[in-house]
Amino acid sequence: MLGIAVAVAAWQLAVAASPRTLVPTPWQTLRAIGELAEKGLLVRYVVASLFRVTWGYLAAVAVAVPAGVTLGLSRRGDSAVNPILQILRPISPLAWIPIGILWFGVGDAAAIFLIFLASVLPLTTATVEAVHNLEGVHLAAGRNFGLSHAELVRSVVVPGILPQLIVAMRITLGIAWLVVVAAEMIAVNSGLGFLIVDARNAGNRYDLVVAGMVLIGLIGIGLDLLMRRLERLPSVRWGYAAE
Amino acid sequence: MKVHFDSIGMRFGGVRVLDDINLSVNAGEFVCILGPSGCGKSTLLNIVGGFVTPTEGRVTIDGEPVTGPDPRRIFVFQERGVFPWLTVEENIGFGLFRQKDDEKRARIARYVQLVGLQGFERSYPRELSGGMKQRLEVARALAVDPDVLYLDEPFGALDSITRLQMRRELLRIWQAERKTILFVTHDIEESVQLADRVVVLSARPGRVRRVVDVNLAHPRDLSDPRYIALRDEIFGEIGLAHQI
Repeated sequence: MLGIAVAVAAWQLAVAASPRTLVPTPWQTLRAIGELAEKGLLVRYVVASLFRVTWGYLAAVAVAVPAGVTLGLSRRGDSAVNPILQILRPISPLAWIPIGILWFGVGDAAAIFLIFLASVLPLTTATVEAVHNLEGVHLAAGRNFGLSHAELVRSVVVPGILPQLIVAMRITLGIAWLVVVAAEMIAVNSGLGFLIVDARNAGNRYDLVVAGMVLIGLIGIGLDLLMRRLERLPSVRWGYAAE
Repeated sequence: MKVHFDSIGMRFGGVRVLDDINLSVNAGEFVCILGPSGCGKSTLLNIVGGFVTPTEGRVTIDGEPVTGPDPRRIFVFQERGVFPWLTVEENIGFGLFRQKDDEKRARIARYVQLVGLQGFERSYPRELSGGMKQRLEVARALAVDPDVLYLDEPFGALDSITRLQMRRELLRIWQAERKTILFVTHDIEESVQLADRVVVLSARPGRVRRVVDVNLAHPRDLSDPRYIALRDEIFGEIGLAHQI
């Protein structure tokens, strides 16, 4: 809290010390947020961004977790697919924007596609890794008690990877949020990313630009805190260092 | 004759770890497999447990060849085998997924009692001591009512006082439940305290050097000259003088 107060004060002083800057003061930024709220844009843009993140991210989880578990349990599948994943991974999701627009047109679908793409690769890799880190004795015990493959996945593999998976999902959600903003700068006409580009293009409203940045940061923290709550579930606490 | 090892041999790559192991274990018998580190005794237990296929020979149980793990015969690892994401009662109930709820509840209650974990039913393993986790794993194994228990140095990670208590517990449970037990250890004292017969393996490649009958009634008096004589005999067999 003290850190934030110091940062805001430093921001204020820096702006005051440079008379011809276009960067707004904290107060102007707050007023810009107020203006957005009055026009009804605040809720609309936040909801638009969260909507895209939610769908892109959930689609990624729905693909990455089953794929990662399958690959993690199958040595052959992993060695076939892993090189492809590793080649795709270093390509910035932003590099996919033209392809996204080509396939899905300008609009929500392209943005959701980019978020999906940015989330699905790291999450798949992290899931494979988590499966490889499973204790061999737990798998052996599961098989010993006569579990079928599906039962083994449900009762041993999934709970066994959950602590690591939750961390990976939290980090991936951060990536998804990073990408939605970038995607909105190009492909759509609503959302916080759009707000930033639009405010600059339409009359250098830098107070709105910074307002957008602050909102992005705050929502990012909010999402992270929400995911962190999952780490407190009693059935995953074993996977984290003792408090 | 319950378990029969028929000329078991095992190689990993070019390394021979087990050579021509022949052994028969009777129903209800407590047999210790004793040997130095790296002699292949854990591998032997993994073979009979169905987790590893031997390169030579085969194991039969009740006349049927072992082809994989089987819930009639449960392997107990060091306490690492309990599932950390399940509570004590959920761990004990893990193998009972095909039982009716009433039956499941009754068995869980019975084995919580048998291993003395009352009051910890809803605790997670991380809240238990090493000895309690080990008892939990034994309870989880017994709950499915197996004929045979395989124990792979189960008390190796425990402190020496807890280890003695756990041996006493295991003997009490064995006498109450009459399971066939194969128990792997490198601890000579432990083997003579527990087993009806001690199978002494040589260093790699593991061969059966000797099978020692321990004809002492339980509870065993550790200062009984016959106990000491048997213990020293095995020390001698392994090539150690019993002095430091």
